[in-house]
Amino acid sequence: MSGPAKQVKQLDRVIIRFAGDSGDGMQLTGDRFTQETAAFGNDLVTLPNFPAEIRAPQGTLPGVSSFQVHFADHDILTAGDAPDVLVAMNPAALRANLGDLHKGATIIVDTHDFTARNLTKAGYQDNPLEGDSLDAYAVHTVDLTGMTVEAVKDYGLSRKDASRAKNMFALGLLSWMYGRPTDPTTTFLEKRFAKVPDIRDANIAAFKAGWNFGETTEAFAVQYEIKPATLPPGTYRNITGNLALAYGLVAGSVQSGLPLFLGTYPITPASDILHELSKHKSFGVTTFQAEDEIAGVGAAIGASYAGHLGVTSTSGPGVALKSEAIGLAVMTELPLVVVDVQRGGPSTGLPTKTEQADLLQAMFGRNGEAPVPVVAPQSPGDCFAAAVEAARIAVTYRTPVLLLSDGYLANGSEPWRVPTIDELPVIDPAFATEKNHGSGDDAEFWPYLRDEATLARPWAIPGTPGLEHRIGGLEKGDGHGNISYDPANHDFMVRTRQAKVDRIAETIPPVEVDDPSGEAKVLVIGWGSTYGPIGAGVRRVRKAGYKVAQAHLRHLNPFPSNLGEVLKGYDKVLVPEMNLGQLSLLLRAKYLVDAVGYNHVRGLPLKATELAHAIGELVGQAEGIDIELGVWGEPTQKEHI
Amino acid sequence: MSTTPLTDLGLPGLRSGTELVPSHDSEADGAQTAKEFTSDQEVRWCPGCGDYAVLKAVQSFLPDLGLRRENIVFVSGIGCSSRFPYYLDTYGMHSIHGRAPSIATGIATAREDLSVWVVTGDGDALSIGGNHLIHALRRNVNMTILLFNNRIYGLTKGQYSPTSETGKVTKSTPMGSLDHPFNPVSLALGAEATFVARTIDSDRKHLTSVLAAAAAHRGTSLVEIYQNCPIFNDGAFDAIKSPETKADAIIPLVHGEPVTFGAQFEDGPLVGKGSKALIRDQATGGVKVVATTDVDAADIVVHDAHSPDPTMAFAISRLTDSGYLNTSPIGIFRQVERTTYDDAAREQVAASRSAASGDDTADQSARLAGLIGGGDTWTIL
Repeated sequence: MSGPAKQVKQLDRVIIRFAGDSGDGMQLTGDRFTQETAAFGNDLVTLPNFPAEIRAPQGTLPGVSSFQVHFADHDILTAGDAPDVLVAMNPAALRANLGDLHKGATIIVDTHDFTARNLTKAGYQDNPLEGDSLDAYAVHTVDLTGMTVEAVKDYGLSRKDASRAKNMFALGLLSWMYGRPTDPTTTFLEKRFAKVPDIRDANIAAFKAGWNFGETTEAFAVQYEIKPATLPPGTYRNITGNLALAYGLVAGSVQSGLPLFLGTYPITPASDILHELSKHKSFGVTTFQAEDEIAGVGAAIGASYAGHLGVTSTSGPGVALKSEAIGLAVMTELPLVVVDVQRGGPSTGLPTKTEQADLLQAMFGRNGEAPVPVVAPQSPGDCFAAAVEAARIAVTYRTPVLLLSDGYLANGSEPWRVPTIDELPVIDPAFATEKNHGSGDDAEFWPYLRDEATLARPWAIPGTPGLEHRIGGLEKGDGHGNISYDPANHDFMVRTRQAKVDRIAETIPPVEVDDPSGEAKVLVIGWGSTYGPIGAGVRRVRKAGYKVAQAHLRHLNPFPSNLGEVLKGYDKVLVPEMNLGQLSLLLRAKYLVDAVGYNHVRGLPLKATELAHAIGELVGQAEGIDIELGVWGEPTQKEHI
Repeated sequence: MSTTPLTDLGLPGLRSGTELVPSHDSEADGAQTAKEFTSDQEVRWCPGCGDYAVLKAVQSFLPDLGLRRENIVFVSGIGCSSRFPYYLDTYGMHSIHGRAPSIATGIATAREDLSVWVVTGDGDALSIGGNHLIHALRRNVNMTILLFNNRIYGLTKGQYSPTSETGKVTKSTPMGSLDHPFNPVSLALGAEATFVARTIDSDRKHLTSVLAAAAAHRGTSLVEIYQNCPIFNDGAFDAIKSPETKADAIIPLVHGEPVTFGAQFEDGPLVGKGSKALIRDQATGGVKVVATTDVDAADIVVHDAHSPDPTMAFAISRLTDSGYLNTSPIGIFRQVERTTYDDAAREQVAASRSAASGDDTADQSARLAGLIGGGDTWTIL
């Protein structure tokens, strides 16, 4: 589909936000645009944002659903602070998102829904399309709905059904503007609506009409070109965090030879992990949708005891319910992966919004001294490797492991270089098959006689003759594992369980510091999904001519062995987090370092520009100079290296 | 691999609960003994506790199951009775309060070759773990749940339990408890359990016969065991245990037999029948107790544990006293066939695996590469 000569402008990156009512199909539209963009070869990061209500009241501000995609001809780290383009399907979508736009941004509005009633619902006194309130923006008013209905009139749909295809018209228009390949979407629509030919044809027609409208109308004079990014060699696919995490669990199962057993209960934003794993029974995966969170983890512990890789997936409220059972897994020293896709809290909190405020719950949210290793992915694609690592630690050390993803990682996506199988670790379950204490007729199996290197206890699964034994939540005697109330034994066992977790540090890589000059006085350190915004903030500060170091933690418990040394090497340590300072607390407690927090709990990822200012301020203090970030402190400024 | 079902249920196509569990080979490995199933741990229940009798009965019964000892798993929750697994030399887990059915569900679903048993009490199963119990029953996971009901909290020293009679004066209810109690059998039938029975700790013969039927049943078997707590609720079951009163207190349920109880007729046409009988109560739709001599023999309810409809079993379960126990039906209330959750779950996995025809490691790796490298990909050189 190429048309009459239009001006083509080169851009190195664009941030587009599709916004509409939660029934308008904005998530699908964003996802399709993302897939086209991935197929084209741009680097990209996405940020879906939707209400917890399935269908919030139509046309209202709480009902607005949006999908932001940032794509570029170079390696990028975040979904972007401020959109360059807003597609607003109704007045509420315009009003809810306008504040995030920078001056000069492009707004494409579907005028069809700008009725008096909808304007009132959105809280507008006057129609913003008629006054001068939008003068700072390049506004394109288009009757997307009207043109869609016209374009699909041959398919015999009701007006309501016909107008539903307006999201595909918008997708077609944006696909033309940014030269996206159209085949992936056409193929997708053919498959998705294969059983309803009229809907299928109408959607394809609307999509094509949108493209053609861009090509022929004079309203859009410019087409933009963003060249493919040069990423490291390899095979890439676009992937969301939840999908990557599910694949990582399957990989952990294959690499350990242990069938995967997921015991779980539906909860936002973790349910997609259950949905995905339930499709992979051919890998020997069993998915058990339990009656509640507790039964989910209970069944996973039972499956682990029986020799499977037991996994439970949930969000913060579910972890709270599972706490006692996780303690049981600590005491019985059974492998267990607990996936916590964090969301806004406390209590029910913000189910569809992101946060990373479960770190201390993961660390300490159990009765007694109950150390649990904690692993966190840093990007959607990284959820794969983090899940494999969680499985490795759980199986090797016979311990529950908390895998802390979050809502941003879960639903966000990025191009992911698909690893080859030989890049993955081989995990040895090393089941016990022989008695391990005494000899001859007196030989016995001692379930708590530990491996000297790892301090892991032997894992003897039912069905193994001669190794019958009992485990449970009561304190166990060292070695033989019988119930013991002996004070000295309890003290020893508490310390031994802690020592076992501490010893994991011997098999994890040292934390790497990105400090190109080697002269930075400020270290920015984070964990989890803040990796992207921190990296982008650091780039801005460096572009402005200042020195700053960055490190990011995959392992939160235990910390990498060199972390104390690294922290001591800097005058100031900044810890940006989407909580009120949980990693800061841990670093301060363990290393006596004067960590400075940068904390936001808005249910949204941190903004790179704001972070750049916070970093800059600390660099200024450390170096005793005034910091001027210039254009690098502006959200509109591109930040690539 | 297969073992003969201990009880012929007379139902077409019913698989035994232990069918896929490897048998003990007595010829090669010698006969199993109760001693072999006894662990070296000192039993620490109070003197006179009903749990001792149940433990002895189970230890003596397990050799009759004829299964390999290493393929038997006992899981328990918290409470006096939940110490049970420590005293058996099988695989076992003493878990956390109320959660044993969920842990056992994981074990039973993961492994078809294990005989899975849950030991629980009235507080563990019906209070803190009530949810897991009813869901295990409706799913029909292949396991046997032994519910020790002493109608009191023992381990926490004497608070009323969810089966205590209303008005019970305990440490936590000095003016009498206010809650209406659960009837575990009614609850299980309401949850559409496929095997529901009730027995008594001190009746070794009946207890053993119920255990055998429960183990042979494929699906979740719930066995309520009346168990005396000599410390905090002594005498709770005296009426059904005392030789003077038990004939009038126990309503014996035997599949295919008319339900009568009370002093037996020693001669005449009703010889062997009890003085009291159950007939249908047209007014309530339930059952009622009448003098056997007052009704036609044909009107006496004949117990049908295999009826697909649980209505009659439920009606009989309502004859249990909710206050002090003066009357209680004892026996197998219900025993019907329904696909088990774990068999069906394994079948789905097996069908998917065979459709993908990859079950050796090399294949799995290739298939994993296919999975993660699937979808729309692009290559950068």
